[in-house]
Amino acid sequence: MTTLTRPRGRAARGGSSAAAAPPPWWRRQGAQGWLYAGPTALIVVVLFLAPLVLVGWMSLNRWPLLGEAKLNVPANYTKIADNPLFADAVWFTLKYTVIITVVLSLFALGLALLVQERRPGVGFFRTAFFLPGAVGFAAAALLFYGMLNSDFGPIDPILRTLGIIDEPVSWIGTPNMALFSTITLVLWRFAGFNMLILLTGLQAIPVAVYEAARTDGASRWVIFRRITLPLLRPTIALMLIMSITGSLLAFDQFFIFTNGGPDNSTVSMVMVIYRDAFLRFDLGGAAALSVVLLIALVALNALQMRVLRRPE
Amino acid sequence: MRSRVLVSAAVVALVSLVSACGGSGGGEQQQAAGQSAAPDAGVEVTMWTRAATQAQSERLVQAYNASHKNQVKLTVIPTDNYQPRVAAAAGAGQLPDIFASDVVFVPNYTSQGLFMDITDRVAALPFKDSLAPSHMKLGTMEGKNYTLPHTLDLSVWFWNKDLYEKAGLDPEKGPTSLKEFAEQATAVDEKLGKDGKVSGTFFGGNCGGCYVFTFWPSVWAAGGQTLNPEGTESLNDKSPMTDVFAIYRGLFEKGVTGATTKEEQGPTWTGFFPKGEIGVMPMPSTTLGSMPADMKIGVAPIAGPDGGESTFVGGDSVGISSTSKNADAAWDFLSWSVSDEAQVEVMAKNKDVLARVDLANNKYSAEDPRVVLINSLVGKGQTPMALKFGESFNDPQGPFLRLAREAIFGDAAKVTELNAAINASLQS
Repeated sequence: MTTLTRPRGRAARGGSSAAAAPPPWWRRQGAQGWLYAGPTALIVVVLFLAPLVLVGWMSLNRWPLLGEAKLNVPANYTKIADNPLFADAVWFTLKYTVIITVVLSLFALGLALLVQERRPGVGFFRTAFFLPGAVGFAAAALLFYGMLNSDFGPIDPILRTLGIIDEPVSWIGTPNMALFSTITLVLWRFAGFNMLILLTGLQAIPVAVYEAARTDGASRWVIFRRITLPLLRPTIALMLIMSITGSLLAFDQFFIFTNGGPDNSTVSMVMVIYRDAFLRFDLGGAAALSVVLLIALVALNALQMRVLRRPE
Repeated sequence: MRSRVLVSAAVVALVSLVSACGGSGGGEQQQAAGQSAAPDAGVEVTMWTRAATQAQSERLVQAYNASHKNQVKLTVIPTDNYQPRVAAAAGAGQLPDIFASDVVFVPNYTSQGLFMDITDRVAALPFKDSLAPSHMKLGTMEGKNYTLPHTLDLSVWFWNKDLYEKAGLDPEKGPTSLKEFAEQATAVDEKLGKDGKVSGTFFGGNCGGCYVFTFWPSVWAAGGQTLNPEGTESLNDKSPMTDVFAIYRGLFEKGVTGATTKEEQGPTWTGFFPKGEIGVMPMPSTTLGSMPADMKIGVAPIAGPDGGESTFVGGDSVGISSTSKNADAAWDFLSWSVSDEAQVEVMAKNKDVLARVDLANNKYSAEDPRVVLINSLVGKGQTPMALKFGESFNDPQGPFLRLAREAIFGDAAKVTELNAAINASLQS
């Protein structure tokens, strides 16, 4: 803001000097703006725009590991329809996104409501709920892989000792169990983080509003439905956008924890892109899939923003 | 979150952008490499290998570094990440001077132009005709040589003599057919497996590479094939492959296989036998030297349903990357690694299989008849060749793993339909 106001101030104080000599180019309003924005703009161009253009160009070419690229429009796009693994991955990723978004949102909201008010010991629970979020996601996936392994993991023996199970449980051995175990992993890892987001929204609601409602005799349920939820709407929107986009881009949990199995039942869209690029060496095809996914994500985000944006 | 996909895209894009630059410069670099001076002039040579054959690579590198001015700097990469790392490095023009590869991936890497042509250098080796034939075949394309055998890893059956004795079996008599293998595994499981700590057998049930390594030799031993010679057609829906699947399916259904057989993805499939938990199972020969010293282990060739013997001649081949600037120094290490000195004093001394058939009988192998047996299988075994081998057979999302799992754990009637998917992958 200083950038914008300073030249005006100078002109007001000494119009004669401004008339005598124009300021050097770096003092001019436009130039200073560009200088301030320069570093960020550079990062955006190098890490965002250039790769975006390159991926678009790659998707129009047959792109070998070594050697010259060769234009093959639109083969990389038309062959997506012939890729049954990608079609299955789209369906699975959508299913996973719906399940995880619903479960994670409800779980995080429950946790946030539990620790919303300042009470003795609440700090401990807030920290405990958030702590898994400090573990790297890849490390968390590996941790679950070890914990749930029926040969050397501790979970099976504990459950057996407690009499909950009689035989080893195949935690990632069937499609449903693999999905269930992955959802548990993601819940453990992300519920605390989402709780934190919701908690900031909850604490932004003025206490006076709650007090007024209580004075009017509103029940807890009515307060939650009529006050908490509507005022939490922007925060919930943010959480949903992050959860849906993150789930559609799911990779680590399936790549490390289930390895896409059993029988390709947990292959996500990004795993197919990774496989095409780095195992099949089809960089052009992988770029085409990336472009399609990017367009779908942008469209979905725009739709979400439109639906969830609070009417002014 | 949107930035995540863009960063991923950026990686792919940038890797590939640099690949264009790296690719165009390859010829000049090769030319420059040919002009370098003495082969052992104190050059640092970089080398990559995968964790599966780490021990052998490290021994070779240590011995070479101790006796040469050149120094090989070895980087070991987790086996599961090896292909992506090589692909990313190739795209970025950052391949090491030397890189080893699972022998079955060599034709694909060669076709992508990742290895340097070493035909003249190989021709100058006095023992070139004695180099492991399967590895040399896969490292040759259109009459030109690109790789040398680096480590050989053969699939064989290991049996635990102590468990055999406790189960009332003859501890000195291993299986001579797959049917006998099943009988002996069942006997161990029935006698000793009641508390769940001992199992008759084990295999990597969710690992494509494990299946081809341990099941296919039974097909070859029975006189059959798993692929056509061109590597474009899968024969995995035909006898004797289907007979082999049926025998293993029977073992699984009877509960003779270890508890996590169906889920085993590969990283830990060889870990159960050394713990004394398995009666008899297919194992990589490279693990023999690292078995517990007090464990009595018998070794038998993998047999077909009714007999015969064969093996999957696996392991790694090694070549000079096409972008290397130190080709002479790199070749100095490669040629030394297959010399008499390295093969006998490094590889044979540690009970490893040799990369040369003319050295199979040496002063160390004679000490252990099991090593002699393993070395003798090099000439009898096979290494299947297909340009799209990795994505068709090893890849967890590839079509072969689904076929094998349906054949053993699921609906065996789907095998024909799934074999068509393998053919489509091989011909893509």
